[in-house]
Amino acid sequence: MIKILKIYLIALLFATNAIAGSDGEIEFSKSKEDKTTKDCFEPINRASFALNQGLDKVIFKPVAKGYRALPGPIKKGTGNALNNLSNLITIPNNVLQGDLKLAAINTGRLVVNTTLGILGIFDPASEMGFPGYVKEDYGQTLGTWGVGPGCYLVLPVLGPTTIRDTAGMFVNVMGGDPYYNVSVNGNNEYLDGKLFAATKMLSAVEFRASNIESFDNLEKNSVDFYASVRSVYTQDRENKIKNIQRGNLEVIYKEDQDWEEIDTK
Amino acid sequence: MKKIFVLILFLTISLINFNFAYSISPDIFVQSTVNRASQILSENISKEEKMNKLKIIAKETVDIKGIGFYSLGSKRKSLNEKQKKNYSNLFEKYFLKSFSSRLAEYTNPQIEVKNKDVLNENYTIVKSVLISTSERPEVSIDWRVYTKDLNNPLIRDLIIEGLSLARTQKEEFASILNSNNGDINTLFKALEEFSKN
Repeated sequence: MIKILKIYLIALLFATNAIAGSDGEIEFSKSKEDKTTKDCFEPINRASFALNQGLDKVIFKPVAKGYRALPGPIKKGTGNALNNLSNLITIPNNVLQGDLKLAAINTGRLVVNTTLGILGIFDPASEMGFPGYVKEDYGQTLGTWGVGPGCYLVLPVLGPTTIRDTAGMFVNVMGGDPYYNVSVNGNNEYLDGKLFAATKMLSAVEFRASNIESFDNLEKNSVDFYASVRSVYTQDRENKIKNIQRGNLEVIYKEDQDWEEIDTK
Repeated sequence: MKKIFVLILFLTISLINFNFAYSISPDIFVQSTVNRASQILSENISKEEKMNKLKIIAKETVDIKGIGFYSLGSKRKSLNEKQKKNYSNLFEKYFLKSFSSRLAEYTNPQIEVKNKDVLNENYTIVKSVLISTSERPEVSIDWRVYTKDLNNPLIRDLIIEGLSLARTQKEEFASILNSNNGDINTLFKALEEFSKN
């Protein structure tokens, strides 16, 4: 099974490179070109999107609303614990991106929050003055290495992604996520595959719960909701790959030359 | 000769005074616009009334025509004058409805302008934050202000947490056009339907 996954991953990576190299639509160095991610499988993606919208209406949104009704401290503790767990993926990606200082800081954060913060439920690291936590994943690392996103995909249940980001997800289950390794592949009495799946579902519910109004607003004010979600997803990934945070946003503005052509005065 | 000199001096001084009187810094412009909108949103009036008042502010402070043509992407270059006029009218209706409806969801939002970053003579990015409440975290909002005419700066884009509303709209319109062999009438129809509903 692992072998098949590895072959699939390598094939995906080659496909990603081939596509990014040939269409040239989202290479970040070509700032003056259209940066829209190519939607190679749009009819299938739209069908998958419709399915996800149905599932969201019946399952995800009501569950997210239920989660929102929980007391604040429970939501805060859950969010903290999930963030703490995500450090297990962020740290190796900090290393792979060559940011050893940040890897050391995040390792310190993980140790402090897992011990003093009781399995990450509390966040004493932030109170001790650790810098703000920014998640990283293998898709982002591939992006920083120059791998283009390839085609845009909408996966059933999992939602929007790209070929590159899907490959990144595969790295998690091929040894890149220590939590997966210990819970699914490990032989211990405390962690198992069910707990891993429950954690991932909880992450999804937490994400949905924090974006109920944003999604409603986007849907209500879109002439093509599918295209809006695709745009928001690709912009978000571009920002994350470039590590664009507050104070560094002008990178986006300076690259968008289309504005310079618009003269209404 | 003396009279002409006095006249020129008078005109120069008047012109300088005029510029001082009406030129407005982009950050002050954004803060004052936000304050006006915030005041309307905190009023005890119906959502419909709020939306109507917000539309008036948007007409005065947003470059709706500019955003419209930006959203069209390269398609704008192939439109004839009649189509451009039709598009501008439809886009304005669409934009005002979408803009006011998005904003009307908030009650008394507190936006604080932090600083500004001059990109070039045409654009300044004004950075601000939507202050957090017990229900939502702090949100960063950046404003692309068109400063070609310093006496009349105009908002051209809002970038919320790094996501550009204008770019999202542009990609949305491109998707509609691509799915219909670039037929502009399909976009006209979509905008018309949105404004009617």
